[in-house]
Amino acid sequence: MVTNVLNYGRSGVADWVVQRFSALVLAAYTVVMVVWLAVNGSDLTFAQWQGFIGQTWMRIFTLLTILALVGHAWIGLWTVATDYLKKGAVRVAFLGCVAISLFVYVVWGISILWGF
Amino acid sequence: MAMSRERPVNLDLTTFSFPITAIASILHRVSGVILFFGSFILLALLGLSLENEAGFADALTLLDHPFVAFIIWGILAALAYHFTAGVKHLFMDMGYGETLESGPMFAKVSMALSVVLIVLAGVWVW
Repeated sequence: MVTNVLNYGRSGVADWVVQRFSALVLAAYTVVMVVWLAVNGSDLTFAQWQGFIGQTWMRIFTLLTILALVGHAWIGLWTVATDYLKKGAVRVAFLGCVAISLFVYVVWGISILWGF
Repeated sequence: MAMSRERPVNLDLTTFSFPITAIASILHRVSGVILFFGSFILLALLGLSLENEAGFADALTLLDHPFVAFIIWGILAALAYHFTAGVKHLFMDMGYGETLESGPMFAKVSMALSVVLIVLAGVWVW
């Protein structure tokens, strides 16, 4: 049983489920974005672009995707960090930077999505 | 368990012969790390493009720059690989592609698909 402060109280099963559900959200958003841009991207205007992202469902979908990214990237990078960063201080520093970055992604994302 | 401390250890990764499934796995990790950083760039572009008419024009000008286009292509390449390897992972969760024959086959198919997507992304960006 691993009793590391960074995974204390966290369950591997919960991680497994979060990783898969967040993956489905991220995959769905990727497909929607790629298809929309492939159809409309060639001579896209500002009004068209803002109109697309500005729809309520697209704002919510984009925010959901950013939140999915937070969970997905945290689990992924936690796994990578615990495998390759053997020095405790280095790992904590790295994961701290990851956590701060992901928090910034959320705040920044909200300000972008509801700031236009 | 008693083990001899004199056992030879080879830590020279360049002399290893990795099975294709191992290569598929490490690329999945590498592409994931790239996407974590790439998300920052994509978010910055999204913000700029939605700011106003001028910001949108600036974003398009940026994308026309060969270096920026190359970076975006790199992010899309990581996304294409991570996406196909992720879908492969979901199939393996459901019990497919777990045998000695089908595992490497799945790895090859997902790699081939991602190469096609990466080339398409390159055509798209340029």
